[in-house]
Amino acid sequence: MHRTLARPAFDVETVRKDFPILAGHVWCKPLVYLDNAATSHKPRVVLDAIERFYKEHNSNIHRGVHWLSAAATKDYEGARDKVRDWIRAAAREEIVFTRGTTESINLVARSFLRPRLKPGDEVLVTEMEHHSNIVPWQLVCEEAGAKLSHVPIDDRGQLLFDEKLLTERTRLFAFVHVSNALGTVNPARELVRAARARGIPTLVDGAQAAPHTRIDVRDLGCDFYAFSGHKVFGPTGIGVLYGRKELLEGMPPYQGGGEMIKRVTFQKTTWNDLPYKFEAGTPDIAGAVGLGAALDYLGTLDWEAVRAHEAALLARATEALSTIKGLRIIGTAKSKASLVTFDMEGVHPHDIGQILDQEGVAVRTGHHCAQPVMDRFGVPATTRASFAFYNTLAEIDVLVAALTKVRELFA
Amino acid sequence: MRELYQELILDHNKKPRNRRAMADATADADGFNPLCGDKIHVFVKVEGDRIADVSFDGIGCAISTASASLMTTSLKGKTLAEAREIFERFHAMVTGEPGAPVDEDALGKLAVFQGVCEFPVRVKCATLAWHTLKAAIERSGDAVTTE
Ligand SMILES: Cc1ncc(COP(=O)(O)O)c(C=O)c1O
Repeated sequence: MHRTLARPAFDVETVRKDFPILAGHVWCKPLVYLDNAATSHKPRVVLDAIERFYKEHNSNIHRGVHWLSAAATKDYEGARDKVRDWIRAAAREEIVFTRGTTESINLVARSFLRPRLKPGDEVLVTEMEHHSNIVPWQLVCEEAGAKLSHVPIDDRGQLLFDEKLLTERTRLFAFVHVSNALGTVNPARELVRAARARGIPTLVDGAQAAPHTRIDVRDLGCDFYAFSGHKVFGPTGIGVLYGRKELLEGMPPYQGGGEMIKRVTFQKTTWNDLPYKFEAGTPDIAGAVGLGAALDYLGTLDWEAVRAHEAALLARATEALSTIKGLRIIGTAKSKASLVTFDMEGVHPHDIGQILDQEGVAVRTGHHCAQPVMDRFGVPATTRASFAFYNTLAEIDVLVAALTKVRELFA
Repeated sequence: MRELYQELILDHNKKPRNRRAMADATADADGFNPLCGDKIHVFVKVEGDRIADVSFDGIGCAISTASASLMTTSLKGKTLAEAREIFERFHAMVTGEPGAPVDEDALGKLAVFQGVCEFPVRVKCATLAWHTLKAAIERSGDAVTTE
C-alpha cells in the first residue's frame, strides 16, 4: 500500500476518539463498522449538542415570547445558517429542513413537479438510483400520465449519458450524485449543465455525496439538492432540501399545519415566507441542532486529508478483495467514493453478512434499495462495505480475514 | 459461528436434495423474501392425504436453501396432518427462546436449525420454504386447510 507522506497527516486514531461507539465490541470482537452508507456514527460533539439543547434550551420555536423559546429558535435558525454555509447556498431561505433525503425528494415531487406535469411529459432519472429517487417520481408520473425514463449504465457502473435523453417533454432530471450501491461519483456539474441548456430543472440526490465531499450547490448549478443528517454524522430524523429561491417561491406548500401559514381564516390561508412555508408543524429542533454540530465538526477536518485517507481505504479494499477467490467487485467506475460492493461465487450475501458480523464486522447485504442496479448486474443481492473517514486500513485487513473465513466455510 | 452453520446445513446448501421442478405436481407456489432477495418455488404431489413427493427450485441463502432441502427430505411420505405438526414444531423452535429445550426426536435432522432462534433476522430464511409449501397446499383447495 502506497501512502503519500507529503500530504498533511490525517490522524485517524485521534479522529476515532471523537466517536464513542467506535470503541465498542460486538460478539466480544472490536467493532469494525463498514456500513457507513446506511448510516454513519455520531461524534461526541453532536451527542453533547443534542443533550445540551434538551437540558438548557428546550422549547418550541418561533412561537413564544419567553426566553427559552427565543433561545431554541436561535439554535434552530443557527443550524439553518450552518447548513447554508456548508453547502454554499445563496440564501438561508433556500434551506428547508425535512426528515431526510426521502422526504426532500417527495416534497419536490409533490409541490414542484406534480402541478406542472401533463400527460405525455417525461421525468428522467438514472439506472443507478436509490428507490427514494425513483418511487416519488413514479407516483406523480402515474397520476399525471407522464413517463419515467432513465439513463442506462455501463458494465463498470457509469452513466451512459446522452443528451438526447433530455427531450422537449422532460420536466425534471433527477440523479444521484454518488451511488449508494456502486460508489460511482457522477459528473453532476456536467449533467446539470446539459439539463439547464434545455431549460430542464434538476434535482441531485446527495445522500451519499455529502459524507465524502464538500458540496457547493452554486458551483453545481442544480435547482434542488437533497441530503440526510444521519449520513453526515448527524442525527436521524433531520434532513435538508436545498432549492433555488425563485423555484421554492412559486411552489405550493407540501403539508398544511402550524408554522407554514401567515394567516388562516376558514376562507383562505396565506402561506408563510420561505422556508417556513415548507416546514409545517413542530420540526425536529434537536435534530437540526445536532446536524449543525455535525457540520461544525466536519468543518474542523482537513478535507484534502480526508479525501486522501478515503482514497487509500478504497484502494486497499479494492486490491485485497480482488485476491479473494470467486469475489467480483460490482461497480468499478473511474471516479468512486469509498465503498465496495461485491458478489462472492457460491455464497449468498446474507450468509456473508452473518459470518462477518460474528467477526465484529458490520456490512450491508441485500439490494441496497437499488433493485434496478441489482437487475442490471444480474444479482439478487450483494454485500457492501462502505467506509467513512474514521475507518482504518487495519479494519480493512479484518474484513479481508473475515471474508477468507467465509471462503473456507463455504469451500 | 458453528452454531448456525452446522455441517449438515452447509452440506444441504452445497448439495440440495430434491432441487428440481416436478411435472406432475398437484400444487405449487412461489415464495419471496424481499429482505434478502431469496426466491423459491415449491412443488408438491399430494396423493390422498399423503405427501407423495415434494421438491423445490430457486436461489437463496444457505439457511433458506438448506431448510428447503431438509424440508423435502423430512416431509416426503408424511400425511398432511403430520407435516403440519412438524412445521409447527419447527416454527416454534426457530422463533423460540435461545436455549429452550428442543424435541430432537420429533424434529429429527431439522433440529440442526435450532441456532436460528439466536438470529431473528434469519427466521424468515429458515421458514420461507415451509410457508411456501403451506401456501401451495392450501391453495390447491384440498381438504387440508382445515383444523
Ligand atoms: C443515494 C441515496 N438516496 C437516498 C437515500 C435515502 O435516505 P433517507 O433514508 O435518509 O431518506 C439513501 C439512503 O440510503 C441513499 O443512499
